[in-house]
Amino acid sequence: MAECKINKDTPWQEMTEGGTIYQAGNALEFKTGDWRSAKPVFLSEKCKQCGLCFPVCPEDSIPVTKEGLREDFNYDYCKGCGVCAKACPFGAIEMKEEGVE
Amino acid sequence: MGIRERLSGNEAAAIAMKQINPDVVAAFPITPSTEIPQYFSTFVSNGSVDTEFVAVESEHSAMSACIGAQAAGGRAMTATSANGLSFMWEMIYIASSLRLPIVMTLVNRAVSGPLNIHNDHSDAMGVRDAGWIMLFSENNQEAYDNLIMAHRIAEHKDVLTPLMVCQDGFITSHSIENIELIEDDKVKEFVGTYRPEHYLLNEKEPIAVGPLDLQAYLFEHKRQQAQGMINAKQVILDVSKEFEAMTGRKYSFFEEYQLEDAEIAIVCMNSTAGTTKAVVDQLRANGVKAGLLKLRMFRPFPAEEIAKALSGLKAVAVLDKADSLNAAGGALFTDITSAMYTNSNVVPMVNYIYGIGGRDTKTDDIESVYHDLEKIVTTGKIDNPYRYMGLRG
Repeated sequence: MAECKINKDTPWQEMTEGGTIYQAGNALEFKTGDWRSAKPVFLSEKCKQCGLCFPVCPEDSIPVTKEGLREDFNYDYCKGCGVCAKACPFGAIEMKEEGVE
Repeated sequence: MGIRERLSGNEAAAIAMKQINPDVVAAFPITPSTEIPQYFSTFVSNGSVDTEFVAVESEHSAMSACIGAQAAGGRAMTATSANGLSFMWEMIYIASSLRLPIVMTLVNRAVSGPLNIHNDHSDAMGVRDAGWIMLFSENNQEAYDNLIMAHRIAEHKDVLTPLMVCQDGFITSHSIENIELIEDDKVKEFVGTYRPEHYLLNEKEPIAVGPLDLQAYLFEHKRQQAQGMINAKQVILDVSKEFEAMTGRKYSFFEEYQLEDAEIAIVCMNSTAGTTKAVVDQLRANGVKAGLLKLRMFRPFPAEEIAKALSGLKAVAVLDKADSLNAAGGALFTDITSAMYTNSNVVPMVNYIYGIGGRDTKTDDIESVYHDLEKIVTTGKIDNPYRYMGLRG
């Protein structure tokens, strides 16, 4: 998908009318992971693959394989809301402070 | 040529909509514009139009549905008045900022409160900075003609701005006058087909309408809106010229009635212009050099052109059918005096707030304004520019 050429230096004459975006899916260019103050950590050994966490993620940041098995977090988009951690019945997701190793 | 009829302003608007045959009409009733979607819904139910009529639960939803339909690629129209317009206020801004050429009839009625269902221009004045083109209509003929021209103006690629046609509630909307309608096929050809470049229901180009537009971007999008409004001036003249070729009826930014050699003049909009013309005729018969400037195009505001038209006068009264409640003067008065100032024209000007809440404006009232102007010319004095006409006390 082509990167959007409009940026903070684009003059008004070259922007789209009304800000309409003439392509689909470019929300992918906006890395909302920057917003995180808390970070979910995946403890895979505790994960029973029950499938309760990824449907409630508002950013679709828990990738799932074709077979329906969850993988590690996509930190590009995860905003650290913690809903997945609340949903997990097995303690396989722990919320840690972002930026602290 | 033309079909002679006798119709109220609301009937005329509904018939214009029938001939335009929009894709969607989403409307909610409010006095005195209710009859427009009411008559139109009859056309829908008896198959005279192909329109999808959406009976929404509020005016906010009416404009929202129009926005959705227009963004999807269809022509959407609606009608409202006063507090109905107030209720859709946030969506009025959305329509213009998303550059959707929706066409609406605004049947002017006082915005409450206290509650009043009669004519004044406070509803229109409340949205004068919302970025819509605003055309005012003296009578049913102008209300009809303005609607026929509306889409050609609003949808023009250099304009892409929604447009509202104003007419006075009850005075014009409910009064039956003679009118000349245009034949269906001529209207269809004149209005043409809506061909948006980008629209939601286009499987070849998926788009997103109205995204987040933060500090780095909103200003430039507003500048685009400003350009659309600036471009609208020439487009309105061009479309009016084409309309004249089809009907013989001439339209411009404003009508200059006996203004050429006038010494004193009134500026006003909508039905009061009709009353004023009668007074001008009478005064002229008595040798008074009175004239009238009837403003049609309120937004965009033809500052330079109005300043030029009024430059030769000795005194002018601007009549505002709404009070801006700013301790200085009404909207039309402030727009006009500012136009005179920036074009370096000094003409004594006074403001009369009048007709609020349907207060009747008689020829006597208009005549008294002209007498006030004569006094200003002879004394060279304006004791107070912010005045009232027809007010008790």
